[in-house]
Amino acid sequence: MKGRGLATYAVAYLLFLYAPVILLPLFAFNDGTIIAFPLQGFTTGWFVQLTRIEALHDSVFNSLWIALTTAVLSTCFGLFAARASARYRFPAKGGIMGLIMLPLVLPEIIVAVALLVVLLQLGIDLGAWTVILGHVLICTPFSIAILNSAFLSLDESLEEASYDLGETKWSTFRLITLPLVMPGIISSMLIAFTISLDEFIIAFFLTGNEPTLPVYLWSQLRFPTKIPIVMALGTIMLVASLLLLTAAEYFRRRGVARTGAKDSGGFL
Amino acid sequence: MTRQLIELDRVEKNYGEVRALTGVSAEIREGEFFSLLGPSGCGKTTLLRTIAGFEDLSGGQLRIDGQDMRGVPANKRPTNMVFQSYAIFPHLSVGENVGFGLRRKGLGREAMAREVGQALDMVGLGGYETRASHALSGGQRQRVALARALVLKPRVLLLDEPLSALDKKLREQMQVELRKLQRQVGITFILVTHDQEEALIMSDRIAVMFDGGIAQLDSPQVLYRRPVSRRVAEFIGVMNFLDASVGGNGADGLEVDVAGLGRVALDPAQCPEGRSGTSTVVGLRPETMTILFDTSEKAARVAEGSVSEVVYFGDMTYYDVTLDGVAAPVTISMRNLPGRPVLDRGARARVGWDAGAMVLFR
Amino acid sequence: MSSSDGAFSRWRHSEGAQGLILVSPTFLYALLLLAAPLATIVAISFWTQDYLVMIREFTLANYIRAWTEPLFQTLMLRSVVIAVIVTAATVLLAFPIAYYVSFNVRPERKALWIFLITIPFWTSYLLRVFLWKVILGYNGVLNSGLLGLGLIDEPLTFILYNANAVVITLAHAWAPFAILPIFVALEKIDRALLEAGQDLGESRFTTFLRVTLPLAMPGVVAATLIVFIPTIGDYVTPKLVGGPDGAMISNMIQLQFMKLNNGPLGAALAISGMIIVTAISLIFLWLNRRYLKVRQ
Repeated sequence: MKGRGLATYAVAYLLFLYAPVILLPLFAFNDGTIIAFPLQGFTTGWFVQLTRIEALHDSVFNSLWIALTTAVLSTCFGLFAARASARYRFPAKGGIMGLIMLPLVLPEIIVAVALLVVLLQLGIDLGAWTVILGHVLICTPFSIAILNSAFLSLDESLEEASYDLGETKWSTFRLITLPLVMPGIISSMLIAFTISLDEFIIAFFLTGNEPTLPVYLWSQLRFPTKIPIVMALGTIMLVASLLLLTAAEYFRRRGVARTGAKDSGGFL
Repeated sequence: MTRQLIELDRVEKNYGEVRALTGVSAEIREGEFFSLLGPSGCGKTTLLRTIAGFEDLSGGQLRIDGQDMRGVPANKRPTNMVFQSYAIFPHLSVGENVGFGLRRKGLGREAMAREVGQALDMVGLGGYETRASHALSGGQRQRVALARALVLKPRVLLLDEPLSALDKKLREQMQVELRKLQRQVGITFILVTHDQEEALIMSDRIAVMFDGGIAQLDSPQVLYRRPVSRRVAEFIGVMNFLDASVGGNGADGLEVDVAGLGRVALDPAQCPEGRSGTSTVVGLRPETMTILFDTSEKAARVAEGSVSEVVYFGDMTYYDVTLDGVAAPVTISMRNLPGRPVLDRGARARVGWDAGAMVLFR
Repeated sequence: MSSSDGAFSRWRHSEGAQGLILVSPTFLYALLLLAAPLATIVAISFWTQDYLVMIREFTLANYIRAWTEPLFQTLMLRSVVIAVIVTAATVLLAFPIAYYVSFNVRPERKALWIFLITIPFWTSYLLRVFLWKVILGYNGVLNSGLLGLGLIDEPLTFILYNANAVVITLAHAWAPFAILPIFVALEKIDRALLEAGQDLGESRFTTFLRVTLPLAMPGVVAATLIVFIPTIGDYVTPKLVGGPDGAMISNMIQLQFMKLNNGPLGAALAISGMIIVTAISLIFLWLNRRYLKVRQ
């Protein structure tokens, strides 16, 4: 009886979680400018309009470029720090790792404001690169968290065995460590990519004249007539991130199967 | 005379304040099966990793083949290791695992495949080259780890508790196989284990380690029959300890009064720690004492007591016998030969013993 | 070989040095782009700004304004209250779900459930908040739907452009961040402990109270902090669905920096907010340790 009640609650909760997301495709194909029931009829017109907005395309490319760069950089920084944290004891480890992980518990607006002030003081022009600087800062802790568990689940004697069999430290890293933490690296890139693509506040403060997609969206939300177009765009983004997630899950499973480890849940 | 292959000269290793190795000196011979035996935390694994080159020395010297190993990293030493977890690379096939160390030898593809095949044949996994390594059983992983190390023909093979992850049956089988393999390849094996039985079965010589130092280094037989200290005696097999007091030197050796057994004369070999003080203990292994079931049975010396506990093992029976005039019982093991009875608790027993099997401890 | 040379080369090969060398690129980055800017913000908060010129003289005036002006007091208090309500709502709503997935769902389907729970959060945060505005609006989905069904006669107005809307939206936005830590904590519980609890005479419910809940507390505490800390500094939600009565401190910080050119006051507000968050979090952790003996 208790299980039945909980199951009902679980389904209701899922409905709550999905309520906003379901609206996206619903109103993206709705032939009416007002987002309200009843639906007006089917149209693909909003999608067609999407293809004609140049500023939108620019912001999409800008965001993709920023997200990709952020993913690569924060994963590199994450590799260094996670490796050091998982394998070595060093002086002031707690303090150093604490500072690096701090953005996890720091409201983004603080990071954004602090960076903005410094960049303006230094006279650096705002743009894609300044957004990347901020995004790498907030994505690196996530990369570290993911890579840290990848390094920790890697049996240290595998590396010792390779070294013992005549390989150097570097070739051991290339032949053993890297292939075995590759699922972690892919996860880290994916998470960082997604966070960066979605991040609004830091981009809002630091983007200057090159808006990212969220910043562009923000500017459009003020115009009620643009809303159906935003819904269409949101639908495309939803489908894209679902495809990306499925692909990532596929690669992760393949990685798990290849190394014969026990499958212990999904990405998070 | 066999050559010394590894010379340990007052080897020390400290981790901060912790002294893991406190000046270990030993010589390990070419082609022998050498075991480092001791309880966990005694420094045996540290010593093995020091030889492998995974740990730097804090003091002393380590020579392999007469060459000082200071500053020689693990990948440049003539040693290879079988890890406790086997450390089989999960993303590589069995063949790729075994051939891993050959990559740097500059062999051709064919020569390499041949070497890998031979190594796998040697450990009984012929034809397993293309198998995925994560699908192997524990015993198979162990064989792959062995083949992977032996294919490089090291001067020394280091084994870090290689059998501890296997179940009892498989472990016993592998003990015999490892011993055979070692004779066959003639390479020096150094085995780390906490299992005294395993060390006795496999080794030419055993170093018993306590607290970062070697307590005794001897062949299994000497180690078992003539442990140099009560601690070594207690770690290897079972031994009964009886209070004793030392008298003077008699014509047949040191005269000692043993509680419940009377006066004996021990020769110097039976007193490894020398004689100091008068109050001491003597040790007797359970199998050196017998229960005399029949009045006609003879023994060198006879004592009397009553059976306080009986443990039946099938092939053996272990009796705890409280000797008259002694508080603590002694354990006696008897083979269950056909026609031999098993005594009940509380029965009187005549116990035969021999002073020649005694060891005197401090 | 000189002794200093030996000492240096030994240091370079020591574990501590290798770890430091390895961590240094990331550490340097954090130092330059996090520690230094934060220090700058702290410094600025003690200065004043005259239009675009920074006057570098120490003053507490910004903090005095931040803590005494009614507008700032209201915003700060509202941020804290909203964050507390959001956190409580999110965690309380999340716990049964985490419990259900951990205890009632078959092991091979757990990953699917976690996947289902996280999927909505892979869409743009901005869009999700905006969609709540669409749902809760005067002519929104909820009202038009309810009107169409004849359940209400006129649109509900208490659900948008106020604190209620902010709470609903944020409780939705942070759901997975509350579910996952609790789920992980529940998964770690050895199921034999629950059987032991019942074997020792407890009912299912009292076993839950005396065994499951205490063991799940580290997850609950983590969830609480993960939701609470960023919520207090949220900008998008109050701006989009909060209306004038739902604005929070971040909106004011942004205003000071971007529109009013009063960086020092903005910095003082930001730092005051940080101090309050830290203080509340520490008190929360202390209370847990003191009364529930939760160890993190």
